[in-house]
Amino acid sequence: MADHAAVPEGHHGEDGHHESFWRKYIFSTDHKVIGIQYGITSLLFLLFGFSLVMLMRWQLAYPGQPVPLIGWLFSDDTMPGGIMLPEFYNQLGAMHGTIMVFLGIVPLAVGAFGNYVVPLQIGAPDMAFPKLNMASYWVFFVGGVIMLGSFFVPAGAAKAGWTSYAPLSVIESMGQTMWLISMVFLITSSLLGAVNFLTTIVQLRADGMGFMQMPFFVWAQFITSFLLLLAFPPLEAAAVLQLSDRLLDTSFFMPSGLVVSGEVVDVAGGGSPLLWQHLFWFLAHPEVYVLVLPAMGIVAEIIANNARKPLKGYKVLVYSLVFLGFMSFIVWAHHMFITGMGQVMSTFFQTTTMIISVPSVIILTALFLSLWGGSIRFTTPMLFALGFLPMFGIGGLTGLPLGLAATDIPLHDTYYVIGHFHYVVAPGTILALMGGIYYWFPKMTGRTMNDTLGKIHFWGTLVSMNFIFFPMLIQGLAGVSRRLYDGGQIYAHAQDVLVYNEVMSIAAWVLFVFQIPFIVNLLVSMKKGKAAADNHWNATTLEWSAAPSPPVGHGNFRDLPTVYRDPYEYSHPDHDEDYWPQDVPPAEASEN
Amino acid sequence: MQIPFTVAPRPDTGVNNAKLGVWLFLASEVMLFGGLFSAYIFLRIGAPEWPGMVGGHAYERASDILNVPLATLNTMVLIGSSVTMVMSWASLAMQRFDRYRLYMGATIALGFVFLVVKAFEYGEKFSHGYLPAENNFLAIYFVLTGLHGLHVIGGILVNMYFMWPGARMWKTDPKRFTNRIEIAGLYWHFVDLVWIFLFPTIYLL
Repeated sequence: MADHAAVPEGHHGEDGHHESFWRKYIFSTDHKVIGIQYGITSLLFLLFGFSLVMLMRWQLAYPGQPVPLIGWLFSDDTMPGGIMLPEFYNQLGAMHGTIMVFLGIVPLAVGAFGNYVVPLQIGAPDMAFPKLNMASYWVFFVGGVIMLGSFFVPAGAAKAGWTSYAPLSVIESMGQTMWLISMVFLITSSLLGAVNFLTTIVQLRADGMGFMQMPFFVWAQFITSFLLLLAFPPLEAAAVLQLSDRLLDTSFFMPSGLVVSGEVVDVAGGGSPLLWQHLFWFLAHPEVYVLVLPAMGIVAEIIANNARKPLKGYKVLVYSLVFLGFMSFIVWAHHMFITGMGQVMSTFFQTTTMIISVPSVIILTALFLSLWGGSIRFTTPMLFALGFLPMFGIGGLTGLPLGLAATDIPLHDTYYVIGHFHYVVAPGTILALMGGIYYWFPKMTGRTMNDTLGKIHFWGTLVSMNFIFFPMLIQGLAGVSRRLYDGGQIYAHAQDVLVYNEVMSIAAWVLFVFQIPFIVNLLVSMKKGKAAADNHWNATTLEWSAAPSPPVGHGNFRDLPTVYRDPYEYSHPDHDEDYWPQDVPPAEASEN
Repeated sequence: MQIPFTVAPRPDTGVNNAKLGVWLFLASEVMLFGGLFSAYIFLRIGAPEWPGMVGGHAYERASDILNVPLATLNTMVLIGSSVTMVMSWASLAMQRFDRYRLYMGATIALGFVFLVVKAFEYGEKFSHGYLPAENNFLAIYFVLTGLHGLHVIGGILVNMYFMWPGARMWKTDPKRFTNRIEIAGLYWHFVDLVWIFLFPTIYLL
């Protein structure tokens, strides 16, 4: 990207050679370039995953009618005459979930923001293992290519949902094999990333930066990396078992006497579909926190900076985060209340689920309280951060009935569930990630994004997202199941709420229209945005106060910083300016 | 640009980057094999008989199907290779590069012995028609030992790298090279340890 061409001259002299284009931008070991690579790739995947669901929404709003404008682009195997086939609808649904979670949000939240910001915020010259970092990106990239490639194999991409429940997934077409192989790559990539982040945060903190002087964002990435490190391998194990079921005809997930299309499947049997669910959710529940914690970290940074006061209860926030990370490993079976796993199990998991809501509420409350008495600057990133708080609140509160077995059973597999987790991830996490882009863009490029376009983007996104996801809660309470090809038209109990299908679909397309100002803003501002100062937001953390914008190509800082104080010393009574950066020496020292 | 603590340990954490990194990696490996061992327990609890019907014959003990003497031999081979791995690292710590070559060579050779014995065992199963699709006992046997075998192959590749091309670092940065052997050793011991759990779980219980 343009920003790295403008790197100060100093480091070229040090290295004594000029790096080739390939080493510098493609196979770079610089965490900033890798962060930007992750960022661009994952934004493209987010757009792609969103496009899939925009197609689905046509089918849901106008079932059986040909898709206008672009319908002719698709083959007869998918949309003959522009009318979507059920098989293709299932592919879109499975791939939307998979792409958004594993190829969109996680790489954007962890791969892009984590890579770019964490070493800068802790005052490190790079990640602890730069080559591993590069490998992590390219393994991720290969995984993404395989996932996209699965659309082009016979019978298309995976159709068994992003959860790939067995035994359906085992008897699926070839796309599912591609899905599993791709997941193995993606898991390996996050594993490499997680080892790297943890080592970097533990080992490369600047002088004077204890764990309790780390910005909250770094803490969020730290806990997230632990979740990635320990929760992903069981899914890798599960993927290996399912691959073996598919390719070696084993029966890990195949029960005895399974009948498909009127015939008993010819396998040894004796396996357990529930085993897949246990292994899958052992990953996928911590995964929810992988999606949410970095977003909370970003919001904390933006709120402290724009409220011009320290975060309320920094230590409590950190302890809550650690507790949340620990608890997330023992709540997974609340996704499985209707599997008949027994009352003792249900009781245990609904209890742990209620317990884990406590630290989440503490974090959200502390972030709200941080606003109290602040002189708030309503910058574009701040709007996104403020939008995150109530949206994530709705997402969290609608989750409580799903965490209790008695209320989960009627709501399970309805649109209520879809509404709930989309509130957490879409108006929650995605708003925070967008805010993060507006917040760190000046640091990455040395230029600012346009404020007016940013505000149009924010308000359009916030309003249209609510028109998409709130009606889902209503439909779900009326009992409309998820994964219905016709949106529920054939069900009597769905008739009263069918009208919302069109509302949600139109809102989804409007949401797309409101992303255009963002895309334009992002591309144009890279070259033509107003020049940004090194500390554009008058922030206290090291990436702003100690590094130039953009940071030095190799090594980030001209001199490695030393830390003297806590991360959010805004409006400190002993200091003249309303921000007191972590690396500014105390007054006595500087006078000498 | 120099990344701090690549060789010397960081004073307040007491480890260098690579050592912390490999321990974290091993933690994730524990979760990987932990997931598979859990799957084994889950399947076995749900099964009416274990190991059950293989080739039209109902077996009561895993040891009637699998070759316990060969697996015992392999256990000894892997434990031996762990010992030579430690010796290769200790030789470097004592500045004896010639002995390092000897012990590292022995470690690699023992790794190959393990694989050859394993291949022989697999061949014996295949020739009887005992394939993974036969029943869940054989399925989990092949998946667990196969994944472990892949780890052994990975370890041999790493050790071969340090035996030949990677050993050049001994001349330029002996301290860092010694650290690398220690880290390769941690991984090798882990692979050994997995087998020590695998052997009784699958062959004997």
